[in-house]
Amino acid sequence: MISSNIQNIAYLVAAVLFILDLKWMAHPRTAVRGNAVGTLAMGIAIVATLLGDPPDNWTYILIGVGVGTLIGGIAAIRIKMTSMPEMVGLFNGFGGGASILVAGSALIAAYSTVINGSGSDDMQMLIALVASGLIGSVTFFGSYVAFGKLAEFLAVKWKLHTWQKIIKYGFSLACIAGAAWYAFPQAILADGATGNDKLLGGGIFLCGLVIGLVLLIKKDRFPGMDLLKGLSAIGSVALGVLVVLNPENFLLFWLLVAVAGVLGVILTLSIGGADMPVVIALLNSYSGLAAAATGFVISNSVLIVSGSLVGASGIILTMIMCKAMNRSLTNVLFGTMGPTGDTPDADEVYKTVKSTSAEEIAMLLDGVQRVIIVPGYGMAVAQAQHTVRSLANLLEEKGVEVDFAIHPVAGRMPGHMNVLLAEADVPYEKLREMDDINQEMEQIDVAIVLGANDVVNPVARTDPNSPIAGMPIIDVDKARNVIVIKRSLSPGFAGIPNPLFAAANCMMFFNDGKKAIQDIIQAVKEG
Amino acid sequence: MFSFIALLTIFVLAIFIGFEVITKVPPTLHTPLMSGSNAISGITIVGALILAGSTSNHLAQVLAGVAVAFATINVVGGFLVTHRMLGMFKKKN
Repeated sequence: MISSNIQNIAYLVAAVLFILDLKWMAHPRTAVRGNAVGTLAMGIAIVATLLGDPPDNWTYILIGVGVGTLIGGIAAIRIKMTSMPEMVGLFNGFGGGASILVAGSALIAAYSTVINGSGSDDMQMLIALVASGLIGSVTFFGSYVAFGKLAEFLAVKWKLHTWQKIIKYGFSLACIAGAAWYAFPQAILADGATGNDKLLGGGIFLCGLVIGLVLLIKKDRFPGMDLLKGLSAIGSVALGVLVVLNPENFLLFWLLVAVAGVLGVILTLSIGGADMPVVIALLNSYSGLAAAATGFVISNSVLIVSGSLVGASGIILTMIMCKAMNRSLTNVLFGTMGPTGDTPDADEVYKTVKSTSAEEIAMLLDGVQRVIIVPGYGMAVAQAQHTVRSLANLLEEKGVEVDFAIHPVAGRMPGHMNVLLAEADVPYEKLREMDDINQEMEQIDVAIVLGANDVVNPVARTDPNSPIAGMPIIDVDKARNVIVIKRSLSPGFAGIPNPLFAAANCMMFFNDGKKAIQDIIQAVKEG
Repeated sequence: MFSFIALLTIFVLAIFIGFEVITKVPPTLHTPLMSGSNAISGITIVGALILAGSTSNHLAQVLAGVAVAFATINVVGGFLVTHRMLGMFKKKN
């Protein structure tokens, strides 16, 4: 309906608008406009596609858009802010999944005609197809594992809710059944299947089986895991080369997707809870790179531009997260983090711990000038953000200056705490970054640590042998008084005791996060 | 339509633009940035639409149809949830 030139100009406009979207994300004031412009850009790209390449058949398009709008819309409206990491984790996977399917579909569309002698035999397209299938599959399966670990139904030993069981067993079953559904009729039992075909079909089924079964294991790690990781990494690269050389054999492509799926599962499964912010950011980057690779498959500039923007965004966030933990990306992906041999004994460290009550805290807060609140993942778990905001309001009415000190890796995704506090109407000027607030720490009268542990552990500064040595922390130990609200003295993700809890200027308030803040509010009002 | 080199040029330059633009996003907005970039990566819908609409091969069409659904989830869900989140940052001003 429209010429290819007009279509490409529309794509160019869309690409520019996507860049503006991200540019305007630089400030909360302009970010809403940025997001609207991004939506507009997507609309332009979609309309230009439908007008420039008018579909011969609308059935699958309409079904796909209908189902997608319904699922995406409901998810976006109903999701709780505490569950944003799960949602972003899952959505990365849909991006990867779409890339695999577009690559698979493009391969079939191009080479089912090559047999009749009229298809394209284009090296660029084939290499892009392989990249798109490989990165897409690692992203898809990796994101599912990240989602499952965040929603706490994968690699855990405790009892699951019904919905968790449905997803967990349903997905495993779907992997095994899906692989069997494709491999048996197409390859293993097909008329005229060669021994080679049977081998490839067997490989696809085996990968489906491995993915399905590994996802049922109740541990992060199991023997032979590193071997499987290495084999699937080498396997997917080797298969990628084979696909480029033998594009007309579709079994090879699906085997590549299956082996890359094993790689995605194993890579993500072995990464611990503390490193989840890194993993989500990294998978975010992969989903963008997969989209860019898909752009090379169909020679489309807007896919390449938007894919690279997302890829760059994910890489930057990954680097920020790694820096905030003082770890390299390789160390996060392949290393282990845990207590080293000479971890100090917890009982020894905690000999001088002082426990306190809401009334005592209320007295301490009476007449002070500056208070900071340091939230961690515990605040999200306790859904305590609104209660925390009420406490801050109450103190401000009494003339206290209250700020929030946010560590870059607090929570389970970049910026998680900021969103929760924004939800509770905390003005964003009050959300202070680590480096910024650390300079003023000596002037802080009371620092309230809520559900955070490793990110305030002074050992990071003092003990070069500690697993968190060198990690930048919020220096609450330098404030005049510290109150730590925690259920118990249990260690954080790093598995080491925190000497802050036993420091002379620190008092522990053992309670559930939300209950504790409510009690303090009550005591301050009465006092 | 485009040569490989032209596409590669676009790719490399776009990555540089991405780095320049995104380093300016403050940590406060990192979560909306991720959900927003999730929505942008739904751009794969363009490829999915082309393939789902062409009738050359039925299996190719079905796969592309599922890809349309996946990408639409990203686009609709991503932009909508980002809008919801950013509204929370905005309303105090």
